[in-house]
Amino acid sequence: MDFSLSKKHLLARALFKEFAETEVKPFATEVDETEVFPRHTVEKMAKSGFLGIPIPKEYGGQGCDALTYVMCVEELSKVCATTGVIVSAHTSLCCDPILTYGTEEQKQKYLVPLAKGEKLGAFGLTEPGAGTDAQGMQTKAVLDGDNYVLNGSKIFITNGKEADIYIIFAVTDIVTDKRGRAKKEISAFIVEKGTPGFDFGTKEKKMGIRGSSTYELIFTDCRVPKENLLGVKGKGFGMAMHTLDGGRIGIASQALGIAEGALDRTVEYVKERKQFGRAIGAFQNTQFQLANLATNVQAAQLMVYKAAQAKSTQKRYTVEAAMAKLFAAEVAMDVTTKCVQLHGGYGYTREYEVERMMRDAKITEIYEGTSEVQRMVISGDLLS
Amino acid sequence: MKIIVCIKQVPDTKGGVKFKPDGTLDRGAMLSIMNPDDKAGLEAALTLKDKYGAEVTVLSMGLPKAEDVLREALAMGADKAILVTDRVLGGADTWATSTTIAGAIRNLDYDLIITGRQAIDGDTAQVGPQISEHLNIPVISYAQKIEVEGDYVIVERQFDDRYHVLKAKMPCLITALSELNKPRYMTPGGIFDAYDAEITQWGRADLKDVDDSNLGLSGSPTKIAKASDKVRKGAGEKVVLDAEESVKYIMDKLNEKHII
Repeated sequence: MDFSLSKKHLLARALFKEFAETEVKPFATEVDETEVFPRHTVEKMAKSGFLGIPIPKEYGGQGCDALTYVMCVEELSKVCATTGVIVSAHTSLCCDPILTYGTEEQKQKYLVPLAKGEKLGAFGLTEPGAGTDAQGMQTKAVLDGDNYVLNGSKIFITNGKEADIYIIFAVTDIVTDKRGRAKKEISAFIVEKGTPGFDFGTKEKKMGIRGSSTYELIFTDCRVPKENLLGVKGKGFGMAMHTLDGGRIGIASQALGIAEGALDRTVEYVKERKQFGRAIGAFQNTQFQLANLATNVQAAQLMVYKAAQAKSTQKRYTVEAAMAKLFAAEVAMDVTTKCVQLHGGYGYTREYEVERMMRDAKITEIYEGTSEVQRMVISGDLLS
Repeated sequence: MKIIVCIKQVPDTKGGVKFKPDGTLDRGAMLSIMNPDDKAGLEAALTLKDKYGAEVTVLSMGLPKAEDVLREALAMGADKAILVTDRVLGGADTWATSTTIAGAIRNLDYDLIITGRQAIDGDTAQVGPQISEHLNIPVISYAQKIEVEGDYVIVERQFDDRYHVLKAKMPCLITALSELNKPRYMTPGGIFDAYDAEITQWGRADLKDVDDSNLGLSGSPTKIAKASDKVRKGAGEKVVLDAEESVKYIMDKLNEKHII
């Protein structure tokens, strides 16, 4: 068992770190304060190939492995969690399902521009009445001639109004299961921005990741060509769950990055901040707390990297992804909260970045499956 | 067009400086980076490649670990990489280094050679112009802008308060300033390809038309008498005065020290 990174992974990490420090960090506070989507940063990331890291070269991507992608989201999130989630949602939730389930035509038409960063992707599963419970889904898609007609709405969609290509889930049929119960059959569609009948509703005002564009999507008699059906009709739920397995690794990396970023800043702070005539880092309480936080951060990193390796080498990685996300998200919340505490009153002000990081950390325990859902997934596997 | 870019792995000054007993740098014991001026030279070559089409070869002389900066250059978009490394070439000053690099370049076809103005370790700015002398080609140093027109390069050469526009027939050598451009980032896929790529390794036997007496530490006319880390300056003197008094205070001090 080898825990050391290869030279190419080390160089990739150095690249992501340099980019994050130079191109992302200087704008992180402004992005949070103004809630403006960092379009300029996204364009720079596209130019450097960050929007297609794990996508094969024949489809416009970089041809790297999941670990490289994870390190990118991690390094970006160390300085700006908004930027981290933009890459994660685009790559894991939009590029990945097209790569996995798309036809060759769909890959050429949609995946190539997505992986090159010419287009931005999003994923629409959640609805007002259907978050964790997919059977509550109300959005319908009815086949009419050569088109599916979509009606309904989606909420909390990351990259909402900024994306160009959306993976949208809708009910295409009601079937009866073996026990005679009615069950909604769900299918996935690739929907382009600008399709008549596809509009945007409210922009969410959020606690954290405030520069990420989170919108309601509204479909009113929106006609989507039937060739935009992604994968097999009626298999959408399984596709969504498999896609979320990958997405959770992305969010786990984001959580890891937030925790690392907060810890880095706190280590710097406790060396400078003086109380009772000495740096607060000289007090044993500070030292022991930092030791605990660093230990948990390293454990989270090992789990996240293990999940990434599993994605590259295994067909199924549901449990690894759920455990990595559960642990990294809870570590991020714990680490950022304690880092704010170690900053004292200053940590509660927007002058110090740990304040933003604590707000950003919370969402990692909620989206792409709450921590409770991750526990359901893990225990479900144990007891199956 | 064929462009050769000479790059050097230099100590990352953030990581501290270490010396060998003979006074030369202990490069193996230090963190290292691609020399910033050389990186600007590489970016200039890659920009010419994007604009006019070119094959860009990066060449470095150094320890085997200098391979790292060559891979970085490949990940930025260079096409080929050559590492000149041999124990007998170690401890070279600018004369022995330029002799070595010219000996390597004599094996290659080229229209343009680009080097950085100077390396942040030696800070001599001599190697580039010396290579051009060995190869008997024109040199334009301190380039702040490079254009190609047919068989000619048109270069803005920087001075403190102005620039000269010079035109030279290729083949020629240009030394680049870090102000020339903002080097592009590597791409993740470029990094993966760079680690799959083969780096050509040359030793003493591969150098063309060079004499052993001009190589390595023994072939270096420069002898280092003593090397030391930066000596910390004192805290200085702080005074709080109004503007007029400040001017008088400074003028008196300068007079006292016979500076003016």
